Amino acid sequence: MDIYRQIILDHYKHPRNFGHLDKPDAKTEEGNVTCGDRIVIELKVESRKSEVIDDIRFSGEGCAISIASASMLTEKVKGMKIDGVMKLSIHDIMHMLGSTLTPSRTKCAMLPLEVLHKAIWTITIRK
Amino acid sequence: MQNDFPLLRRKINGKPIVYLDSTATSLKPQAVIDKENEYYTKYTANIFRGIYTTSEEATKEYEDVRGKVAKFINAPKSEEIVFTRNTSESINLVASCLRPKEIVASIMEHHSNFVPWQQIGKLKVWDGKEDLDNIVTRTTEVFAITAVSNVLGTILPIKEIVRKVKTINPQCLVLVDAAQAAPHMKIDVADWGADFVAFSSHKMLGPTGVGVLWGKYELLSAMKPYQYGGEMITEVRIEKSVFKEVPHKFEAGTPHIAGVIGFGAAIDYLTKIGMDNIRKHEEEIVAYAMKELKKITGLTIYGPEKRAGIIAFTMKSAHAHDIAQVLNEDNICIRAGNHCAMPLHLSLGIAATARASFYIYTTKADVDALIKGLEKVNKLFL
Repeated sequence: MDIYRQIILDHYKHPRNFGHLDKPDAKTEEGNVTCGDRIVIELKVESRKSEVIDDIRFSGEGCAISIASASMLTEKVKGMKIDGVMKLSIHDIMHMLGSTLTPSRTKCAMLPLEVLHKAIWTITIRK
Repeated sequence: MQNDFPLLRRKINGKPIVYLDSTATSLKPQAVIDKENEYYTKYTANIFRGIYTTSEEATKEYEDVRGKVAKFINAPKSEEIVFTRNTSESINLVASCLRPKEIVASIMEHHSNFVPWQQIGKLKVWDGKEDLDNIVTRTTEVFAITAVSNVLGTILPIKEIVRKVKTINPQCLVLVDAAQAAPHMKIDVADWGADFVAFSSHKMLGPTGVGVLWGKYELLSAMKPYQYGGEMITEVRIEKSVFKEVPHKFEAGTPHIAGVIGFGAAIDYLTKIGMDNIRKHEEEIVAYAMKELKKITGLTIYGPEKRAGIIAFTMKSAHAHDIAQVLNEDNICIRAGNHCAMPLHLSLGIAATARASFYIYTTKADVDALIKGLEKVNKLFL
């Protein structure tokens, strides 16, 4: 089955960076109500310039696609500059997952990036 | 019977379709498709307007369906049948016209019998267990209740509920959402004693885009029109208009003529089989499915043992969406999500369920395919 490639199942069953941060700089939660997915992302940014993602955790519940997407995304963005993270788009997520998704499952895949972008906004607005 | 449904002959990737989502919409028999097509090929014309043969034919076909629907649900008068777009519109029509200040609805309601009330007045929720004396009061104006839960499959004792509500408050109007009942069992609106009943054609073998609102004649008569425009009017002056009688005052504009005519063929088809036979078949299928589903590791079924042909479940190994996705590999169509019943899912403390639902064309082989598919889900995710 194409969509459930081994790497996706692996991230779903053993999500990376799953949990919480002590005193995160940002914490954002979003859900996809129709399917019942809910993703929380917590961030720490490099303290002096707030330009690099120092640490990241996610929690919540969801389908294999949304959980794997969140897990892979946290690995991808750790240590990345915020500017670069804000430029990530649907193409990057599709490339990261490496699966062909139907429109309804694309929503699941995109949820973690949407939450991450919102979390970053809360930091940039504060600045 | 399966031969009557052209979709069941279709193959995707060389495999047949196992359709287990009849609660969302039913498949259509050839007779319904042909009847709808007949309007487009033989007597396309607007109704009530032309003094020519095809328009007269179309008008007669359209109005005959009103009579068929009335007979099907044992409505005292065919004028009490209003054609709408769907169940949602039927309920919105009543909510907009009555604008009640206080409403009670059950926690099991589909969003279509929940949100219109919530947006118009003060909505109190009945959990289905609490004594109605504690929730329906002298100031409750509308009691909104589904006859069959579209998630749990619970069949509600509507007659008893209506009697109870009316005992507490005779002025309280009762609206029954029969979208999941009308396709699957004999319903008798006169016996129920409710004031309004709403359902959709597309869940009972008919075309999409056609709904029914049945209401007591004197109530419909007293209500103002819901929408204004063509067809529903007898006289228009610059300063005022005079509206047609019930039901036409509620059918503004050109209706879905072909859809209504096709719906008539659906009612004929159901009547020929007999609603009692349909219910009996579903009882057999649902009992078999319940027995087989219980054998699947980590599977939880929601709702009572005796139920309509609807089974919502969750699996320890996988989210509902992933279940549906894996099943789709073998063209097994189920629904995943909250099935437009988010308040119920929240009360159950679950985000999403997978739901298989059955109808007259469902076979034990379809259930077997579902079971095989769910074993595949466990193999992949467990």
